[in-house]
Amino acid sequence: MKTIFAKSVSGRTAYCLNSDAPKASAMLPADLLRKNAPRLPECSELEVVRHFTQLSQLNYSVDANFYPLGSCTMKYNPKFTEYVASLPGFTRLHPMMAQLEGGADCTQGALQCLHEAENLLCELTGMKAFTFQPMAGANGEFTGVKLIAAYHAAKGRNRKKMLIPDAAHGTNPASAALAGFETINIESRDGMVDPEAIVAAIAEHGEDVAGLMMTCPNTLGLMEVHLPRIVAELRKVDALLYYDGANMNAIMGKMRMGDVGFDVVHLNVHKTLATPHGGGGPGAGPVGVTDRLMPFMPAPRVAKHPDGRFYLDYNLPQSIGPIGPFYGSFGVVIKALAYMLRLGGEGLTRASEYAVLNANYLKKKLENVLEIPFKDRFCAHEFVASAPEGLRALDIAKALLQRGIHAPTIYFPLIVHECLMAEPTETEDKETLDTYVEALQEIILTGKANPQSLQELPTNLPVRRLDETAAARQMVLTEDMG
Amino acid sequence: MPYIPHTPEELHEMLSVVGVRSLDELFSDIPSSMRPQSFDLPKGQSEAAVCGYFEELAAKNCPGHVSFLGAGFYNHDIPKAVDALSGRSEFYTAYTPYQAECSQGTLQAIFEFQTAVSRLMEMDCGNASVYDGGTAIFEAAMMAVRATRRSVLVVDEAVNPIWRGMLAAYTSSLDLEIKIVAQHNGCSDMDALMASVDNTCAAVIVQNPNFFGAVADYTTLFAKARSQKAFGVISVYPVMQSVLKTPGEMGADVAVAEGQSLGMNLSFGGPYLGLMTCRKEHIRQFPGRIVGRTSDVDGKTGYVLTLQAREQHIRRAKATSNICSNQALCALRSLIHMSLLGPEGLARVAENNMALARYAVERLTAIKGVELLNNTPFGSEVALRLPKSAAEVVKAMTPKGIVPGYPLGKHYPGMENVLLLSCTEANNRTQIDKLAEIMGGLL
Repeated sequence: MKTIFAKSVSGRTAYCLNSDAPKASAMLPADLLRKNAPRLPECSELEVVRHFTQLSQLNYSVDANFYPLGSCTMKYNPKFTEYVASLPGFTRLHPMMAQLEGGADCTQGALQCLHEAENLLCELTGMKAFTFQPMAGANGEFTGVKLIAAYHAAKGRNRKKMLIPDAAHGTNPASAALAGFETINIESRDGMVDPEAIVAAIAEHGEDVAGLMMTCPNTLGLMEVHLPRIVAELRKVDALLYYDGANMNAIMGKMRMGDVGFDVVHLNVHKTLATPHGGGGPGAGPVGVTDRLMPFMPAPRVAKHPDGRFYLDYNLPQSIGPIGPFYGSFGVVIKALAYMLRLGGEGLTRASEYAVLNANYLKKKLENVLEIPFKDRFCAHEFVASAPEGLRALDIAKALLQRGIHAPTIYFPLIVHECLMAEPTETEDKETLDTYVEALQEIILTGKANPQSLQELPTNLPVRRLDETAAARQMVLTEDMG
Repeated sequence: MPYIPHTPEELHEMLSVVGVRSLDELFSDIPSSMRPQSFDLPKGQSEAAVCGYFEELAAKNCPGHVSFLGAGFYNHDIPKAVDALSGRSEFYTAYTPYQAECSQGTLQAIFEFQTAVSRLMEMDCGNASVYDGGTAIFEAAMMAVRATRRSVLVVDEAVNPIWRGMLAAYTSSLDLEIKIVAQHNGCSDMDALMASVDNTCAAVIVQNPNFFGAVADYTTLFAKARSQKAFGVISVYPVMQSVLKTPGEMGADVAVAEGQSLGMNLSFGGPYLGLMTCRKEHIRQFPGRIVGRTSDVDGKTGYVLTLQAREQHIRRAKATSNICSNQALCALRSLIHMSLLGPEGLARVAENNMALARYAVERLTAIKGVELLNNTPFGSEVALRLPKSAAEVVKAMTPKGIVPGYPLGKHYPGMENVLLLSCTEANNRTQIDKLAEIMGGLL
C-alpha cells in the first residue's frame, strides 16, 4: 500500500485554521526561520480517512481475532472505559493546574481518581502505596530497582548486584543495568527459580546483593512454589524482592505480593487491568511498595486533607526524583480504575480463575499435539510448549496467522526449545479455544507430512514472509532513505 | 459475570477435562500461607453506575476555564478525525507488531511516523517514539554517553525544568556529571554554553524555543560540539518547528521533542509522546523500536521491526535502552494530526499563536508595571515581569475563571514575579482582552 507521502499532492490541505495572522517572517528574524516548509503530507480529509482506515484493516486485533499471546495478556478491553477517559473534564485538564496555588480546587476530580486507583491497587497487591509516574512496565521496573538502590543507599551501603532469573523478561536486566546494577543470572531448576542458586549467589556476592527480580507465576506459566524460602534467604542479607507484574492476571484474589514478602511491585495495567495495548502503547506501569520503601517514592504523591480535599504532597526529601513529568499516563490509569470498579474484588478474582481455567483447558487439549514440559503441574494463565520434532515454532506461528488466529509468543522464554507460549485469557469462550486446538492439530499433521508447506505460509495476508535481514542491512527507515 | 463468556455447562465440562472439581483447585500450588491476608475490594458496579461516577468526578475539575498555561504542554485543537481514526479498534486493540504479516497497518504507520518526524526536524531518521519529552532527552543523553565514552552532560538551564529533573533522577546512580549553564533573563547564555563544551563533554543539551519561549539559533554551539567530538542535542516544540530553523539545519546530532502538541489531549499529564530523531551515523546507539522497509518473498513492499539486535529482548543487560514498548497509539495520533494539517496547516497554527502572543504582550505591557522579561525573539510563549508575585496573581485570577499562565518562581529563584504566558488556537483576542482587564484590576 502506498504511503501517505506518496499520496500527497502539493496544495491540498484537510484542516486549516481560519486565521488572519501574518506570516512567521513578519514576526521573527529570517535567520531563525526554516528555509523550506516541512515535507509533510498534503491530503484532503477523505484521503487521510481512507488511508488510515485501510491501514487499520491490515492489522490483527483483539476485537477481530483470537490473540493468545503469552506473557502479554491480550484480553478483551471493555468499551465503556474509552468513554470515561474521553470526558472533557479529564482530557482538557492541564497537569500544571494542580501545582498552581489555588489550582487544586480545579483538579479535585482528577486527584480523587488517582487517590482511589492507588487505594484499590494497594488492596489488590497488599502493598502500602503506589506511584503512577512510570509510563510503562519497563519504566516501572526501572523505578522499582531505583527504589531498591535508594533503600540501600539510605542505609549507607552501595550494593551493586541484582539477581535475575534466566527466564525473566529482557527488560528486567536492561532496567537493572540502566539503574547502575550489575546483573547476576540465576538458573532455573524444574522450571522455577532455584533457591539453592539464590543461596549460592548470596554466598558468592554476599552483602553486595541488592535484590532479586521475580515474575510469579513465572514466564513458563508455573507458580513459584519455593517463594517462602527465597524470601527468607534474601531477608538474611536484607536484599529486597521485586515483583514483575506481567503475570498478575493469574493470581488476583489468590495471592498478594505484599503478603508473601515482595517489597516492590510494578503492574502492567494494559495486561491485567484490560486497558488497550494500542499496537505497542501507551501503557502505564504503576509501582507499589511496602512501608520501608515509601520514603523513596517519586514526588508528588496525592494526599487527602482531613476535610476530604485532595492535594499534591511534595514533601519527600529522600525521593528518587521524578520518573515522569507529572502523574503518569493519567488517561490510561483512569481506564484501569474504571475496570476495577466495574468488576470489584469478586470480579477480579473471577477473571483470574477463568484465565487459569482457559489456559489449563487449552494445555490439556494440546498435550497430544505439542511437547509440553511440566505437563503434570497446573499452569497459571499461560503455558509453554515446544514445536514437535522437525517443525519450527516460527512456521507454526505463520500457519496460525493464515487461519485468522494470532500466533502465540514464540522463542520466549529462551530456555525452552522451539518455544510456543500461549495465553488464552478469561474473555475467550470454549468454542474459540476448541477452534484453536483443531487448527493446531491440522497444522501439525500437515507440517509433519510436508514441513515445506508450512514455510510457504502465510499466503492470504497483506504480505508474505518478509526479508528481515535485508531490512537491517539496507536500513530504509524513512521514505527518504535508501 | 462481566466479560466472561462461560456458561455453567461449559464451566463444568472444562473443569472435568482439566480433571479438577473447582476453579480454586487450579491454584493448589499456592498454599494457604501464601493466600491473601485481606482482599477487601468494593463490590462490582454496573457499567452505567461507573460511567456516572466518572462523569461526576470530571465535572469537579474546571474544563471551562480560559487558560494561558503552557510551559511545555499545550491545549491545541485536535481535528475530530484524529479521534475517529486512531480509535479504530484494529489499531487500538492490537499488540506490538512482532508478527509482521498481520501487523502491516501498525508497522506502516510507524514508518510513516518516523518519516514525518524526521522531515519536521530535518534529521535522517526517527524511532517509533518513547514515553515523553523527558525520557527522550534522557535517552539522547545516554546515546551520547555511550558513543563518546564521556561522562559530562552540559545542560542549558533554560531547558524545561521538569525534564531536567527527570534527567537528574534517571542518571543519579550512573557515573555522570550534569553541568547546568545558567540562563540570563530567560535567554540561553551562549558564551557560557560555548565555554562549557570541551573534550570531556558527551553532549550539550538545549531547547528551542526554550522554556521561557525565547527562540535562538544553536548552529555555532553545535559546530563547537562537533569540533570537540561531543553531541549536540536539541529539544523542540513540534508546532513551532513548522516555521523555525530546524535541528538539521543547525547541525544537531539528536533532536527530540514532547509530541503532545501534535494531536494528544492534555489529559492531566498523559499519556504523552516522546519524539526522537538522529543523524544516520548514530543509528546503532538509537534506543527503542525502529521500523524498516523491506520486501517479502514475492518482492512486495512491507515493513518490519528492525535493528532489534540493539534491544533488550536480545541484548538484555547490554541493550541500548530498557524501553521495549513505544507510544504506538500516540505516535499514530500525531501522524494523523500532521497528515490532516499538512505543512500549511501546521504553519498557520504556529503563526496564529505567535500573533496572539504578540497581541497579549501589547495588551499586558500597557498595564503599569508589566514588562517583557527580555527583548529576545519569541514564539507563541513569552515571559512577563509583573509588579508583584506571579503565583499570587495566578491564585487571585483562577477563581475568576481565567488562568493567566505559569509562575516561574518555583523553578527559578529570583523570578517570583515572572509569569510565563502561552497562546494557542484555543485562545482568541476576546480572551486576551478579558485577561488584560482582570489583570489590570489586580495590579
